[in-house]
Amino acid sequence: MAEPATPPEAAPVWRTRPGRTAGAAGTRTLRVRLSAALVLATVLAVLLVPALVPLDRQAVDLASKLLPPSWDHPFGTDEVGRDLLLRSVHGLRVSLLVGVVAALVATVAGTAVGAAAGALGGWTDRLLMRLVDTFSAVPHLLLGVLVVALFRPGVWPVVVSVALTHWLSTARIVRAEMLSLRSRPFVDAALSGGASRFRITLRHLVPGVLPQAGLAAVLMIPHAMWHESALSFLGLGLPAHEASLGTLVQNARGPLLAGAWWPTLFPGLLLIVPTLALAGLAAAWRDRLSPRTRSELML
Amino acid sequence: MLELRSITAGHGRGTPAVRDVSLTLEPGTSTGLLGPSGCGKSTLARVAALLHRPDRGTLVLDGTPVTRWRHRAPREQRTAVGVVFQQPRLAADPRLPLHDLIAEPLRACGRRPEVRTRVPELAGRVGLGADLLGRRPHEVSDGQLQRACLARALVLRPRWLVCDEMTAMLDASTAAALVGVVEEYRADTGAGLLAVGHDPVLLERWCDRTVHWSELAGRTP
Repeated sequence: MAEPATPPEAAPVWRTRPGRTAGAAGTRTLRVRLSAALVLATVLAVLLVPALVPLDRQAVDLASKLLPPSWDHPFGTDEVGRDLLLRSVHGLRVSLLVGVVAALVATVAGTAVGAAAGALGGWTDRLLMRLVDTFSAVPHLLLGVLVVALFRPGVWPVVVSVALTHWLSTARIVRAEMLSLRSRPFVDAALSGGASRFRITLRHLVPGVLPQAGLAAVLMIPHAMWHESALSFLGLGLPAHEASLGTLVQNARGPLLAGAWWPTLFPGLLLIVPTLALAGLAAAWRDRLSPRTRSELML
Repeated sequence: MLELRSITAGHGRGTPAVRDVSLTLEPGTSTGLLGPSGCGKSTLARVAALLHRPDRGTLVLDGTPVTRWRHRAPREQRTAVGVVFQQPRLAADPRLPLHDLIAEPLRACGRRPEVRTRVPELAGRVGLGADLLGRRPHEVSDGQLQRACLARALVLRPRWLVCDEMTAMLDASTAAALVGVVEEYRADTGAGLLAVGHDPVLLERWCDRTVHWSELAGRTP
């Protein structure tokens, strides 16, 4: 019988981050807090504003067309007299939905392909990675336009188009991470414990790449939103009755030439600010993730 | 019998790490393999545990020549040899608490019902308290983690045990405790042992016989 290895009282485990100055940490915290507040405000706005504002504001009212911002219409009105605050928040809602769903689909597909390539290796790996190379060789906005053009305009063709063109980087990241995990001794230990290749992949390898895949998904949301807006701006995305932010900016080109700046500015801001905030949060997450993976490797 | 017959093994192109090495282990006995670092003894240990396919040579496990390696090897052959690695940090999945680390081979082999009895029993044997079993690898010391890794190697009751520099990262008292656990297990089950190391004092005291790497290399039987 060996003597117990348990210490008399278990000390709490602290995570310290040496090498970071207080000032840098402070700036980082401020950035994270600001981003988190903006993302939270976006979610609240998307959920609450349509419920709070009376519905008749969505109706066409030619008597109040192209009114500049005022207390009554904080974002002004568009060329047929609809309240732009409400239109913009609705547009943000559609853009967010498309962005989140497309990013999720792209991440799941990329993780599946990358995991299969990394775990199986050999010919499977070579074939899948050449497929990824082939897709990457085509400019992805062009490929997206092609996919959208195959369907009738609507939300789902845009989701499919963005997802189909954005799983490639995730597949590459996941495969690389799998290859590094696969050569670790704990995989040998699992093999010696009788685990099948399938079990090793699901139990040890995929959980190891999930943080990277999750980060890729969050980084993908702003990118997907911008893509959706780009497609809508090109007139290929969403139709006017389910306007996204891109559709609104596109419709605002005429009024802009006539001197009305608000139909362009406010939807544009609503696209830029939340996506930058989301990207800021994702960047902070990435910074958090990398020192830990490094320390796990070093120990 | 665990027979390594003129094994040549390496990593990719170039000079193989192990060239034409033969070694026979008798059941119930312990063999110490001594050698300087980088001589290829870990590669030989991995071949003996079916974790590394040799370029040439045969491994005969209890009378059956091994033809498939790693995940392609039949589960009975793979689990007949328990392995303890040199670096517990790398040999433990960082996400699994120690309890799951020890229970993992039982679960992988569809012997889930034994988890309740075997894990506490083995934890007691290797000297891990109940509160440590809930912790993850980064929350315990190297010695505690190596205890868990030894428990994991023993949980399926292997007929053979390969300890590749098991005590190299540990202090003297932990090393002695772990060697004690291995010997206790061998006395109970009659398992054979291959202990790989570079410390002649430890291996001379631990094993029935010790062989030096230079005696094995380049010798065709």
